[in-house]
Amino acid sequence: MIRAILLRLLLFAASLLGASGIIFLVVNALPGDVAQVILGTGATPEAVAALRQRYGLDRPGIVRYLSWLGGLFTGNLGTSYVTGESVTSQVLPRLGVTTWLVSFAVIVALVVAIPQGMVAAMQRRRWQGALASATSQIGLAIPAFYAGILLVVVFAVKLRWLPANGYQQLHDDNGWHVAAWAQRLILPVASLAIVQASVLTRYVRSAFVEVLNEDWFRTARSVGWTRWRALWRHGIRNAAISVVTVLGLQLATMLVGAIVVEQVFSLPGLGTLLLTAVGNRDLQLVQGIVLLLVAAVLVINLLVDLSYLAIDPRLRSARGGSR
Amino acid sequence: MRRAPLWVGGVLVGLVLLTALVSFVWTPYDAAAIVAPKLADPSLAHPLGTDHLGRDIVSRLMVGARATVVVGVVAVALAAGGGVPLGVLAGMLDGRFGAARWATWAGEGLMRGVDVLYAFPALLLAILLAAAVGASTTTAMVAIGVATIPAFARIARAATLTVMTQDFVLAARASGTSQAGTAVRHVLPNIAPVLGVQASVSFGIAILAEAGLSYLGLATPPPTPTWGRMLREGQNVLFGAPEQALWPGLAIGFAVLGLNLLGDGLRDLLDPRLREVA
Repeated sequence: MIRAILLRLLLFAASLLGASGIIFLVVNALPGDVAQVILGTGATPEAVAALRQRYGLDRPGIVRYLSWLGGLFTGNLGTSYVTGESVTSQVLPRLGVTTWLVSFAVIVALVVAIPQGMVAAMQRRRWQGALASATSQIGLAIPAFYAGILLVVVFAVKLRWLPANGYQQLHDDNGWHVAAWAQRLILPVASLAIVQASVLTRYVRSAFVEVLNEDWFRTARSVGWTRWRALWRHGIRNAAISVVTVLGLQLATMLVGAIVVEQVFSLPGLGTLLLTAVGNRDLQLVQGIVLLLVAAVLVINLLVDLSYLAIDPRLRSARGGSR
Repeated sequence: MRRAPLWVGGVLVGLVLLTALVSFVWTPYDAAAIVAPKLADPSLAHPLGTDHLGRDIVSRLMVGARATVVVGVVAVALAAGGGVPLGVLAGMLDGRFGAARWATWAGEGLMRGVDVLYAFPALLLAILLAAAVGASTTTAMVAIGVATIPAFARIARAATLTVMTQDFVLAARASGTSQAGTAVRHVLPNIAPVLGVQASVSFGIAILAEAGLSYLGLATPPPTPTWGRMLREGQNVLFGAPEQALWPGLAIGFAVLGLNLLGDGLRDLLDPRLREVA
C-alpha cells in the first residue's frame, strides 16, 4: 500500500516538473526577445536592455528556469515584469472567487447527477431513462458559457430575479454580505454545474447499468434483496471507480470552464487575472497562473489515483495499481 | 431506430459541413458588410435579422461554420498525426510482444511523457500560446491539437495491445514481417474504426474549445466571424436583443450534438454490446 502511494507521489512530482518545463519553454524559448515582447515594438533599445538586466533576462534560460523552480518551493511564483509585483500576491486574492465557483459547481453537479444517473440506469427501458439520456446529450453539446448567457437571459433580463454580472466579497470591512454574495454566485455556479451534471449523469448511468448486469447483483436479487438495497450495499462501491475517474477529469474541465464563465459574469477570479495578464503581455504572471492551474489538475489526478486505492483493495499492490 | 444516433448525428454534421463548404462560394450577403439597420427583426431578406452593426446574421453564421470546421479538422488531424504513431509504438514496444526490456521502458516512458500533456487542457494551452506568440487561428488549432494528442495516444495504445494478441498478427510476425510492416499492414487498419470514434468525439471537443477561445477573443481575429465571437457580441446587447446570443449558441450546440451522436452511433456499430451501457 505504502509503495503504491509512493509510486503515485513520484509520478505526480515528475509530471509537475515536466509541466513546469513545458510552461517555461513556451513562454521563454519561443522566437523573440521576452523584454521586447513585454515593452512592445516601439520600445527603445535602452529600455529593453534595462528591463532585461533588471529581471535577469540576460541570464541563460536554464539558469532562469532553475531560479523560478527554486522559488516555487517557497511559494514564490516569480515577479511580474510589467507591474514589478509578486505573482503570488496578485494570485492569492483571486483564488477565493474561483474556488467558490468550482467547489459549488462540483457539489451541485454531483447532487443532480448521482440520483439522475441511478434513475436513468434503473429505468433505462422506460421513458424516464430515455429522458435522462436525452437531457445529458443536450448538456454535453452546450458550452458552459452559453448556458451562462441563457441563464442571464431568463433570470436577469426577463425575470429580473438575479443580477446579470458582478461579484460581492463574502466579507469586507463593512461586515458580512452573505445574501449579496450568494445572489451573484447562483448563475455562474449553475452554468458550470448544468453542463457538468449532464456529463456525470451519463457516466453514472453507464456505471450503474454495468453493475445491474453483474452476476453478484442477480445473486443479491435472487436471495430477496430489493434493487435499491443491492445497489446501496454493493453497487455504489463498484460503480464508484468509473464515477470518480470521470469526476476527476470533469474537475479539470471545470477549472478551465471557470476561466470563461468568469468572463460571462465579470467575476474577479483567477481566469480574469490570467486573461488580463495575457492582454498586458505580463508573461511572468501568465506563467505563474498557468502553472498553478496545471498543478491543480495534477493534484486532482493524484487524488483520483489515491481514491482508487481506498475504493478497490485489489489495486493496493504497487504493480496492480500502475496503469 | 437502433441506428437513430448515427443517422441524426450524420445529418447534423453533414449540415454543418455543407454550410461551411457552401459559404466558400455563396452567402446571402457579405458577412462583414453592413447591409441593413442594426438589430433588425427577422424578415424575408434577413431570416434571422441583423446584428448590432447591421450585418446579416445568416451570412455570419455560415462563414462562422467555416472557421469551426477548419479549426476542428486541423486540430483533430494534428492530434491523430501525433498521438496515433506514439500510441501504436508504445503498444508494440510492450514486453509481451517480444520487445527488449529497454524498449518496454522506452514505451512506458513515452506514455508517461504524453500523460504530462493531459495536465494542459486545450483552452489553457491556447491561452499560454496566445500570451507567448499572440492569438490567432493557428495558435488555436495547434493548442487544441496538441492538447488532444494524449487522448489519441492512449486509445491507440490500448487498441494496439488488443490487436497484437490476435492470431493474424502472431502469424505475420512468425512469417518474418518487420515491426513497421506489422504496424502499417495489420495494426493500423484494425484500430482505424476505434480511432474514427475518437476523432468524432474529439472534433466535438475541439469545436467547444474553439468557441471558448473565440468568445475570449483568442482565436480567429475580426472581421472573420466565428460562432464564439458572435456569442460575445450578442451578450453585449443582451438586455435589448437577447435573441442575438441565441443563434450562434444553437449552432455550436447542434454541431457538437451531431458529432457526439455520430460518435455514439459509430461505437454502437463497432460493438453493439456497448449500446445498453453507454
